[in-house]
Amino acid sequence: MTLKLGVPSKGRLMEKTFDWFGASGIELSRTGSDREYAAAVNGIDNVELVLLSAGEIPRELAAGRIHMGVTGSDLVREKLGAWDEKVIELAPMGFGHADLIIAVPKCWVDVNTLDDLDAVAAAFRAKHGFRLRIATKYHRLIRDHLRDHGVADYQLVDSQGATEGTVKNETAEAVADITSTGETLRANHLKILAGGPVHKSQATLFKSRKVDWTVEDRAILDELCRKLHIDR
Amino acid sequence: MADKARVRIEAARFLQFFEDRGASVVEADILQPAETLLDLYGEDIRARAFVTHDPDFGEAMLRPDFTVPVVQMHMAQGAEPARYAYMGEVFRAQDETKHRASEYFQVGYEVFDRAAPIEADAEVFALLKEVLEPLNLRAATGDMGLLLAAVRGLGTTERRKAALLRHIWRPRRFRALLDRFAGRAPLPEGREALLAKEEPMGRKIPQIGLRSRAEIAERIDALREDAAAAPISAQEVELLDDLLGLRETTANVLEHLRDIAVDMPAIAGAVDRLEMRAEALARRGVDIATLDFEGSYGRTSMEYYDGFVFGFYAEARSDLPPVATGGRYDALTRVLGNQNGARREIPAVGGVIRPELTLELTGEAGQ
Repeated sequence: MTLKLGVPSKGRLMEKTFDWFGASGIELSRTGSDREYAAAVNGIDNVELVLLSAGEIPRELAAGRIHMGVTGSDLVREKLGAWDEKVIELAPMGFGHADLIIAVPKCWVDVNTLDDLDAVAAAFRAKHGFRLRIATKYHRLIRDHLRDHGVADYQLVDSQGATEGTVKNETAEAVADITSTGETLRANHLKILAGGPVHKSQATLFKSRKVDWTVEDRAILDELCRKLHIDR
Repeated sequence: MADKARVRIEAARFLQFFEDRGASVVEADILQPAETLLDLYGEDIRARAFVTHDPDFGEAMLRPDFTVPVVQMHMAQGAEPARYAYMGEVFRAQDETKHRASEYFQVGYEVFDRAAPIEADAEVFALLKEVLEPLNLRAATGDMGLLLAAVRGLGTTERRKAALLRHIWRPRRFRALLDRFAGRAPLPEGREALLAKEEPMGRKIPQIGLRSRAEIAERIDALREDAAAAPISAQEVELLDDLLGLRETTANVLEHLRDIAVDMPAIAGAVDRLEMRAEALARRGVDIATLDFEGSYGRTSMEYYDGFVFGFYAEARSDLPPVATGGRYDALTRVLGNQNGARREIPAVGGVIRPELTLELTGEAGQ
């Protein structure tokens, strides 16, 4: 019996994840050549490392193909409907911090809150004949957030990159994106709406609820959690 | 759940009933252009409908209901008065925590008759009641026309009334706006600071995006007007709350509404219509002494229904959704009419039955 642990396959997120486990004496490492996605675990038995793109880890957890996985809390909420029925947060990991925010042009001096955005959306639609466009790749999170706050007369337009540029290019009126410092937003003459972020994201260790956890699996998980000092 | 073949036979039985009562049977495409539905219901519909895509057709949705295609068909070619019946599957992406069917049958009956709207209301309700009679369901009714009339009659600015009307089907947002307009909730963050500025537009901020300086200036003027406007009186808010909190039989609610109308004359016309509808229902054999009326009925689940609204419920099975629902949706035909550039309003009332639920209930009754 082995537990499969999904971990981001490259970049800072992978390195920080390795460091985080390493601090508790569990050594994760890549093996083979630089290009080969193979990995090893030392310091605990019966745990197998699966290197995946961070964006695919929510799906693999929900399908029960991995027992645990490290990914951004934003990605789990965005990619999984009813996410808390499919995964459990075992531990926030304290890195990969980013806020999902909604930003509007700085010149919109009359818009400071979602309440203002809603009023402006109504006037914009009446004037321009179409719903105010918000560029984002976080469709589910933003739609849920705007519904909860009673914002209407907007539309989400998909933007997979360079989202902050869409307002100047007049392909959107506002943007919803992840930011850590807000630097890119300011450089593009955008400001963040007041009232707090839509979601405060960080790298998180998740456990799948969609795996048939055997007694042996649970014993390995208990051992792992003990080493990681996770209270469950 | 009953199997599909049986559901289809049950649906056909209802369809035949409506056809026997003079309805023309119509069909609707399963693939509907997404744009029309998005413009009507907003981005939220994406969470509730199945969205699909074709390189030529563009974005499409599996029909979430028959109302929109039937109205469009009527607007394109229908002569009034018209009575339509239809049956088929509708598709709803369910919130995954609710575990309900995402594909089910509906049988519906819609009446387009501008000459006699109150009679049409009563006709649709009475027909559904008749065909569902053996199931002994509880009927609940409401009338969005009362709330709409009350808001239109408030002693406040047209802008505030328009804002409240726009959110009438979003009760939480409606309440937040009402509290603010009544001076019971603080202004949104930053509002006061903005209005205190001599030159709120600022000089050095680059102008980007489609929303122009003029539009921003216009809104600042509107905000100034709003800040200067007197709050909606506590008495008016209380009367609105009374309206929304009504839960009585139709016979009793009329008396109560007459009382409210003394202080809120704007609803008098709507109360008259409610009374005439009650009489029309009684003439069709509906017992209004036991017919439930709820002031808030239809507000959360029936966007664009702006008059008489109703639903039929199996009281012993609170786990089931309503077996049938319906009402008047003139607001929807108004928006659809405007979208097509026709600028016409087509008064319409209708209702739908879910045959897999009637089967489930009769199955139980037979055991």
